[in-house]
Amino acid sequence: MTTVASGLAPTRIVLSNGAIVLVKETRKTPAVTLNVAMRAGSVCDPAGSPGAMYLLSRVIDRGTVTRSAAAIADELDNRGVSLNIVVSRHLFSLLCTCLAEDVEPILELLGDIVTAPTVPDAELATRKGEVITLLRQDEDNPAVRAVEELMALLYGRSHEYGRPQKGTSDTVEHLTREQLLELHAARFAPAALTVVVVGDVDSGRVAAITDQVFGSWRAASPVPVHLSPPPLATSRRRRVIPMMNKSQADIAYGFTTITRRDPAYYAYWLMNNALGQYALGGRLGDSIRERQGMAYYVSSAFDPNIVEGPLMIRAGVSAPNVDRAIASIDEELSAVRRSGITAKELTESRQYLIGSLPRSLETNAAIAQFLQSAEFFGLGLDYDVRLPDLLGRVTIDEVHAAAQPLDPERATVVVAGPYQG
Amino acid sequence: MLFDFIMERMATSAEARQSAFLRAATLDNGLQVLIRPEHTAPLASVWCWYKVGSKDESPGLTGVSHWVEHMNFKGTANIPRDQVKGIIEQFGGSWNGYTWIDQTTYLETATRDALDRMLFIEAERMDRCLYHPDDCESERTVIISELQGGENDPDQLLDQEVTAAAFKAHSYRHPTIGWLTDLQTMTRDDLYGYYRRYYIPNNATLVIVGDVDADEALRRVEKHFGRIAAGPPPSRLRTVEPEQNGERRVTLEKEGTTAYLKVAYHAPHASDPRFVPALLLDAALTGAKGVNLWSSFRVPPPQRNARLYRALVETGLASAVSGAMLPTEQPFLYTISATATDGTSLQSVETPLLTELERVRSDGITPSELARAKAQLRARLVFDDDSVTNIAHQIGYFATVNSVDVLTSLPTQIAAATLEQVADAARALLAPSNRTVGWFKPVPVS
Repeated sequence: MTTVASGLAPTRIVLSNGAIVLVKETRKTPAVTLNVAMRAGSVCDPAGSPGAMYLLSRVIDRGTVTRSAAAIADELDNRGVSLNIVVSRHLFSLLCTCLAEDVEPILELLGDIVTAPTVPDAELATRKGEVITLLRQDEDNPAVRAVEELMALLYGRSHEYGRPQKGTSDTVEHLTREQLLELHAARFAPAALTVVVVGDVDSGRVAAITDQVFGSWRAASPVPVHLSPPPLATSRRRRVIPMMNKSQADIAYGFTTITRRDPAYYAYWLMNNALGQYALGGRLGDSIRERQGMAYYVSSAFDPNIVEGPLMIRAGVSAPNVDRAIASIDEELSAVRRSGITAKELTESRQYLIGSLPRSLETNAAIAQFLQSAEFFGLGLDYDVRLPDLLGRVTIDEVHAAAQPLDPERATVVVAGPYQG
Repeated sequence: MLFDFIMERMATSAEARQSAFLRAATLDNGLQVLIRPEHTAPLASVWCWYKVGSKDESPGLTGVSHWVEHMNFKGTANIPRDQVKGIIEQFGGSWNGYTWIDQTTYLETATRDALDRMLFIEAERMDRCLYHPDDCESERTVIISELQGGENDPDQLLDQEVTAAAFKAHSYRHPTIGWLTDLQTMTRDDLYGYYRRYYIPNNATLVIVGDVDADEALRRVEKHFGRIAAGPPPSRLRTVEPEQNGERRVTLEKEGTTAYLKVAYHAPHASDPRFVPALLLDAALTGAKGVNLWSSFRVPPPQRNARLYRALVETGLASAVSGAMLPTEQPFLYTISATATDGTSLQSVETPLLTELERVRSDGITPSELARAKAQLRARLVFDDDSVTNIAHQIGYFATVNSVDVLTSLPTQIAAATLEQVADAARALLAPSNRTVGWFKPVPVS
């Protein structure tokens, strides 16, 4: 058991089978957030079956060896618990909040779902129908279309980051119960599991319950997934997806950047904050929303990961403003590459990111997410304590260097909406 | 002189550890102040609520409440336009605002040492906003962009149509964003006049929740807001929606991929004794949500055993079903929404939906459904108290739309509700003559 002396100071326990448990006691409300994550995100989708993990996430909680779907429904609904299962590129996460008095049965239930799903055929058929409907809704959503196309162009359509996370109607339709159970057997194991518990609980009690729930689980460690770096963009790419039945166009404009463990991470973070986050969308918001009145939303998001993650600028604009909005993004990027950000901007962004830590770590759910992410990237139990210093040490030259890859000549730009280019 | 008192919150045993109390005061100028110390984090959240929303708008000025909200982020006499950016971010804080049918609200959440700054911003916003003509013009296109973004969503388009059909007289009928032609023609004077009329202390409630001392916080409120003069009480539209005497139907046909269904019923307002039974009915039908606009969609409801989920989603007819029974000042709508699964006709979704509603109307809900609905709502009220921001929102929402008493009595009312009350609510609420049915029929994309 490991603890640190200040900050969040979670308790970290490694069970005998390798599963990791992180506990943070809080006394805000008589409630507890559970964040149970398996390192089995969509990168683990078998080649040719994109969307397999997503489909598994829709059905994994619909029956186990010892519980029917109806029994699971009773256990959740009778306690007012809404179980949300989310698949990101690398994590398959079960998320919920329960009353403190219910933490033990809910942990037992989550343990059962994670370790012993049965994927009943009838349930699978129903969930496939839901997923296919979601895919049809996505087809009619310019924002989703723009972002998915951008990721496919940045990484390649067969790359683990470029494939559609929900799959396609065809791949979903053809996935079988046996394939999902094989995928579960191959990818779900204690060595890939991190359980985070935050709230009105006693750490010692959680240690005992999690050991009881997960400690005896035995499964071979999953074979690592080999991930290639993204291809280098050598020229500007532009793709238009005409959706003439829509009122507004969505622009997704991006680059691949760095991995999360890259030492330049904090410089990129500050640069991105000044460019497209600070206040109402940073420099981009100043230009496109505040000065030119072209968009209700415009911002940039920086999402480094195991593989070099994207920096994505997104804006929603009317069709006649698409070209002007893209030109404005080009101008802002050229300016930040040429001159960097000002000392005032660096101070403001740094002050904001450090100062917002208490707010961003206020709720149990936010703390649980922070601890899960810190564990995944190996940032340490004291990461929240070290973070202000890590941001504080970044120089203005390092921020300027972080802007260099954002070359409009090598940007990938996708427009989806009532626009034909 | 301050009129000052303390309300002890009704605390259930589960909530007993929270020494939750609310300091309430009214300044001489009529500003209502509500302060709840919460020492769980070194933060404070300040919300300033105005009793003005889209229901207060006349034809030709639809959307003005929301546009005014946007203009109130564009600088004040003492916060120059170029100093708005960063004014709260330098404290690590965030700020925002929203407008709905009954209310407009603004918030800042930041570290507790920013309390004075947050109060300064809100006091400035109340009576010193600039409304520069250039900013009004620039914001016109931003708001039209916001409207067009909403139009990209067929579910939102259908909601707009159903609401407009359900109300033929009351101003709840038009969307908060406004109608496009009004947004294209509204003038700076329209905006500024509306601002001066409604942004007065005697039409506002200031809520502070966080790591503050209530007495000290109240002194600061007096310092910042005490100078602002009260205004004439704003006139209110007096129209009451006539009783609906027959089913209404609207069909929206537009290019798209997915079919959506909505069924809306005129519903009781938040202080009506039938409101809590209706909340429990909704929990039994679609799962319990948070009991305000914001928290209602923050976390999906637990609904696997809910009647309509079982009738529509578990049968594969719909990919999603939801219900919205929100606290409002005047009778609004209880709306049930369903998304037809790919290849399923809207009639195939509507028929079992209405059958299930008729069943609950004739037989009520079961004791186990009532117990589950109560447990879910009790849990949701606890979950919603997870941050100073959300606590302040919950308090301010009820104080503006009805009264804090409605919020504080919710746990007691929920616990005391009977099967008969829920059955009565179902009989009255779900009457066929009280409903408006809306279909979004997708036309294949050319």
